[in-house]
Amino acid sequence: MARLYDIRVMTVLGSLLCLILGLAFPWSKTPIIVGLCFGIATLGVAAMVRAGQVSFGHAMYACIAGYTVAFLARAWPQLDGLLLILAGVGASLLAGAIVGVFVVRYRGIFFGMLNLAISMVLFSVIGKFYTLTGGTDGLRINRPTLLGFEFERAGFETVLLIGTLAAAIGLGFLVQRYFQSASGEALAGIKTNETRLEYLGLSARRVLWNGYFFSAGLVGLSGALFAMVQGLVTPDMGSWLRSGEFVFIAILGGSGHAIGAFLGAAVFELVKLFAAAYMTGVWQLLLGVTLIFVILVAPEGIIGLLMKKSALATRRGG
Amino acid sequence: MTLDLLILAAADGFSYAGLLFLVSLGLTLIFGVQGILNVAHGSLYAFGGYTAATLAIWATEKQAPTWVLLAALVAAALLVGVVLGGILEIGLLRRVQDKDPVLQLLVTFAAFLIFEDLQRLIWGVSPYSSTEVVSRMGNLDLFGITYTVYQLLLIPAVALAVYLGLLYALRRTRLGKQIVAVTHNREVATALGINAKKIGLITFIAGAFLGALGGAMAAPTTSLVPGVGTDMIVLSFSVVATAGLGQITGAFITALLIGMARSLAVYTAPELEVAVPYLIMVAVLLVRPNGLFTVAQARRI
Amino acid sequence: MGVLIRTERLSLNFGGVIAADNIDFSLEEGERLAVIGQNGAGKTTFINICTGFLKPTGGRVWFDGKDVTGMEPRHIVRLGLGRSFQLPQLFLDHTVRQCLEISAAARSGKLSFLLPLARSVDAREIDHTLELVGLRDRSHELASSLPEGQRKLLDVAMALMLNPKLLIMDEPTSGVASEDKHDLMATLMRALDERKVTSWFVEHDVDIVSRYATRVAAWIAGKVAADGPPAEVLASEAVRREILGTA
Repeated sequence: MARLYDIRVMTVLGSLLCLILGLAFPWSKTPIIVGLCFGIATLGVAAMVRAGQVSFGHAMYACIAGYTVAFLARAWPQLDGLLLILAGVGASLLAGAIVGVFVVRYRGIFFGMLNLAISMVLFSVIGKFYTLTGGTDGLRINRPTLLGFEFERAGFETVLLIGTLAAAIGLGFLVQRYFQSASGEALAGIKTNETRLEYLGLSARRVLWNGYFFSAGLVGLSGALFAMVQGLVTPDMGSWLRSGEFVFIAILGGSGHAIGAFLGAAVFELVKLFAAAYMTGVWQLLLGVTLIFVILVAPEGIIGLLMKKSALATRRGG
Repeated sequence: MTLDLLILAAADGFSYAGLLFLVSLGLTLIFGVQGILNVAHGSLYAFGGYTAATLAIWATEKQAPTWVLLAALVAAALLVGVVLGGILEIGLLRRVQDKDPVLQLLVTFAAFLIFEDLQRLIWGVSPYSSTEVVSRMGNLDLFGITYTVYQLLLIPAVALAVYLGLLYALRRTRLGKQIVAVTHNREVATALGINAKKIGLITFIAGAFLGALGGAMAAPTTSLVPGVGTDMIVLSFSVVATAGLGQITGAFITALLIGMARSLAVYTAPELEVAVPYLIMVAVLLVRPNGLFTVAQARRI
Repeated sequence: MGVLIRTERLSLNFGGVIAADNIDFSLEEGERLAVIGQNGAGKTTFINICTGFLKPTGGRVWFDGKDVTGMEPRHIVRLGLGRSFQLPQLFLDHTVRQCLEISAAARSGKLSFLLPLARSVDAREIDHTLELVGLRDRSHELASSLPEGQRKLLDVAMALMLNPKLLIMDEPTSGVASEDKHDLMATLMRALDERKVTSWFVEHDVDIVSRYATRVAAWIAGKVAADGPPAEVLASEAVRREILGTA
C-alpha cells in the first residue's frame, strides 16, 4: 500500500504548498491557478493517452468554455461566477458529445488530425469574426460575483485558488476512480486490442466516446477557470500548440495515475516561469528538449518513475 | 465574383497547390516508409525557406545571374534536407523506433518545438524576404491578368517534375523498388536482404528535402515570419490525411483540390480561408474514413 | 437439442478469390465439432463471417434462432457466441487477472464508471477460471509477459468468462508444445463440459481431433468437403488425399 500512501502524501503536501505559496506571495496565485487549470485539462487528455490516442485539438474545449463564459458574462453581467463556469463546462460537454460521435470512429493519426482540424476551424472562425469575438484581441470579462459575494481582485483570486484546488483534488480522485473502473480499463483496452473488446460484446467507439465526453468536460472546466482568472479569453486558448502543451504535460506527468497530470503541470509551470525569467525566447526549445528527454529516459512519465520506485520499496520492505 | 477574379484565384490556387504538393509529398513519403507522421516537417519547410532567402539575398548582393539564384533555392533545400533530415532520423527517430506510436509522434512534436525557437534565434522575428528572382523572371498575361512567370509556371513545373520523377524512380529504379518493398512490409523486405535502416534514412532525407524545397520555392514569393512552418504543417497534414496516408498520386490530386479551394475562399469568403482545407478534410473523412485514395484492409485475426 | 448455428448458401468473394463457396452448415447444441483443412481453405474466414468480423457477399447466418447476417461481432457475442483466436487477442498492458475481470464485467453489457474493476466482478469466479486454465500463479503478471501457449489459454479463458452458448476456438493448440497439447485440450474440454458449452475448434492434429471431437468437418477450397463422425470423415478419400496427405 506504499503507493497509495505516497500519492495521498503528495496530494496533501502539494495542496498545502499551493495554498501557502498563494497566500504568502499574492503574485503567485495566478500562476498556481493556471497550473492547476493545466492539470485539470491534462486529466482529460491523459484519458485519451490511456486509450492510445493523442488529440492535437483538445484545447478547443477550453476555448469553447472560455468564450461561453465571456459571452454570457458580457450579455448578463449580473450572472454569478459559479454559474458561468458551469455554463462553460456544459457547453464544452455538449460540443464534446457531438464532436465525439464523429471522432471516435478514428484512431491514431486520424484521430489526432481530425481533432486538430476541428480545432483549427474553430480557431480561425474566432479569429476572423472580429465583431462577435473581438478577433485575436479576444474578449474581456468583468469580475463576476462568486456565490453571490462581490470580491476585490485579491479576494477573488483567493476564492478562485481555493475553488480550483478543491476542484482539482475532487476531479483527480474521480478520474482515478474512472481509470480503475471497468469503463476505464476497457478504455485502456482500446490501446492494446479493440478486436477483443468487440468480441467481449463491447463497442470500442462507445467506450472511447465516454472517455472523450469526460475529457471534453475536464478541458472545458480548465478553460472556464482560466478565463475567470485571466479576465480575458483569446483564440490562443484553442490553438493547436496549446493542445500540444496538454499532451506534453500528460506525457511528462505520465498517465499511469491521475495525479501525474498535476505533477506534469507543476513541472511545466516551473519551467515556464524559469524560462520567462532567465531564458526568454527559448521557451519552446526548453519544452522540446524536456519532452525528448522524458520520452527517451522515462516514457511512463514522472508518475511512472515514482510508481516503479515505490514498487521496489514495497518489495524490499515487504 | 468577376471572371478576372476567378482567373486570379485559379492562378493563385494552382501555384499554391504546387508548393503544398511538394511539402505534402515529403510528409506522405516518410509516413509510407517509417510509419511516422513527422510534425517537424513544418520546420523543415520554414528552414528551407529561410535558408533559401538568406542565400538569395547574398547572391543578389553579388549580382549573381538568375540561374544562380534558382540554384541557390535548390541548394538551400538540399542543405536543410540532408543536415536536418539526417539529424532527425539518426539522432531521434531511430531511438524511438520500438516505442509506442504515440511517443514516436511526440518526439517529432518535440523536435518541432526546438526548431521553432532555433529559427527565431537564427533569423529573428522581423519579416524576411528576397523577391529578386521572381521579378527577374518577369510576368506573363493570362486572359487579361498579369501574373509572375515564377509562380504560374516555375512552381507548378517543379511540382509536376518532382511528381513524375518520383513515380518513375519508385517504379523503375532499384532504390525506388526497395523503398516500395519496405513500405509494403518492412519484415519481408528485410528478409529479402533489403537494408531497411538505410532505406529509411534515404527516404527520410528525400522527404525532408521535399519539405525544405517547398519552403525554398515559396521564399521568393512571400515574407517569411515565425509561424510559417506551423501553418504549413497543419495544412500539409490535412492534404495527407484527406488523400490517405502514403498515397502519392492522392496527395497530388488533393493538394490541387485544397490549393484551389483555399484560394477561391480567399477571394469569396476570406473569413473561411484558414478553415476551408479542414472543412474539406472533415467532409472527406466522414465519407471515406481512411482518406480518398486508401483501400481499406481487414486486420488478420 | 436444437440447432445453435446455421448457415445457408454462405459465400464470400474477395475480388475473384472465393473464400467461402455457398456453404450450408449447421451445428447442434451439445456437439463438439473439429474443423480440419489446409491453410487457406477458408476455416478462419468462415468463423469470421459467422461472428460478424467479415460481411458475406451472399447467403445468411442464424445463431440461436436469430438472423445475424451482417451484424457487428459485439451484437452476435451478446447473443451468446464466444470466440478465441488463432493469434491470441489480449489486453497486453493488463494483468492476466484484469483481462478476465474485464471479460466478466463486459458480460453484463454495462461497465461501471466509479466502482473499481476488481470489485465489480465476482472474485471467486475469476479465481476458479484462473485455476481451470492453470494461470493462477501468473495472475498478477502482464498478459504481454506470457509465453505463446499461456496466451492461448488466456485467450480462451476470456471468451469463456462470457458464459457463451457456443465457443468457437481457432487453433487453440497451435503454438503450444506438442507434449502439452493433450493436457491443454483436456483442460479446455473439462471447462466446456462443466459449463455445458457447445464448441467448435479448428485443429490440425489428427490425434486431437479423433480424441476430443464428436463430429468433424473438413474444409477444402472454401467448401465443406466432408462432414460427419470423426472416424468416417478422417477415413474418407478426399480428406486423406487433400488434407492429411496419406492417400
